[in-house]
Amino acid sequence: MSDVSYNTPTGEYETQLGDYFALLKPRVMSLVVFTALVGLLAAPVPVHPVIAFCSILFVAIGAGASGALNMWWDADIDSVMRRTAKRPIPSGRVPAGEALSLGLALSGLSVMMLALSANLLAAGLLAFTIFFYAVVYSMWLKRSTPQNIVIGGAAGAFPPVIGWVIATGSFSVEAWLMFALIFMWTPPHFWALALFMKSDYDDANVPMLTVTHGRRSTRLHIIAYTVLLAVLAVGTGVTAIGGPLYLAVAIVLNIMFLKGAVDIWRRPEEAAIADDYRVEKKFFRLSLWYLFAHFGAILAEAALRPFGLGGW
Amino acid sequence: MSLRQEHEIHTRRKGRNVGVGLMLAGFVVLVLALTFTKVTSGDFELPKAEELR
Repeated sequence: MSDVSYNTPTGEYETQLGDYFALLKPRVMSLVVFTALVGLLAAPVPVHPVIAFCSILFVAIGAGASGALNMWWDADIDSVMRRTAKRPIPSGRVPAGEALSLGLALSGLSVMMLALSANLLAAGLLAFTIFFYAVVYSMWLKRSTPQNIVIGGAAGAFPPVIGWVIATGSFSVEAWLMFALIFMWTPPHFWALALFMKSDYDDANVPMLTVTHGRRSTRLHIIAYTVLLAVLAVGTGVTAIGGPLYLAVAIVLNIMFLKGAVDIWRRPEEAAIADDYRVEKKFFRLSLWYLFAHFGAILAEAALRPFGLGGW
Repeated sequence: MSLRQEHEIHTRRKGRNVGVGLMLAGFVVLVLALTFTKVTSGDFELPKAEELR
């Protein structure tokens, strides 16, 4: 018997480390790292840098694990959609079984290690987030209701709460305000994407709002959520995690975001087709900056606090 | 058949294996640093049974 009994024929694609890394959705991971770090640093309890680094790393690994589980489950619809067809599983670079194994192994590792580095509550919350994203969102909501992105958005909103819990060991209103910011931001962000990714969700039979309720209704939903988000985002400015800098950033960005939502709402579909969804794409790009700037401002307020400048 | 030191699959997977090795080494360093930090920080306490010995 040979030392390697399952030789892959030469010429067949050999899965690279980068392919496994792509399974972890690195772009989503970077957002998770950033928001969790802001949650951790905005908390009123200092954390040792080594513990903070390790804890955020384990949160990132947990987020990556849920991404791998999502890709394993969604491989069939990913192969149909233009935006996702090049992902590691549909493109044949990683076997589905390996993605499942990696997702499960990293989920267990990240939760266990976070319990050791931070506390049981943070680890439990991470476990719940992975479960929520992989099972509640991916396996259940995504293919069954147009509210998929609304409820499923909670999974992406948990990281700043986890960061806060890593530092304090408990929940607080401020942590839930950060949760609410991401939770309310997710629907307009994804619905703008659904508007210009025209037939993708249709082809994959994913009941996005654009498919079930039509594009006019989606435009109306975007503005409704954007108004609620603006109230929440500006209101956060007068809380303990806000301050003058945050408030200024929030006011400017929410005016821009509201204008974008109004533009989307007023546009007839024909005009959007004519300019290849220019306004919707612009709104989508702005939404990325929107979230980054709000959390950046919360971070800045926390960083200025020791000098007597941050907060109210 | 005897074990061959350098099989074709070893060459093909070298990059991947080195990457996994580096990650494992990094993980060991991380756990070591975490343990050291926990043990040297103020709130570390030995379990009661250990103290009695």
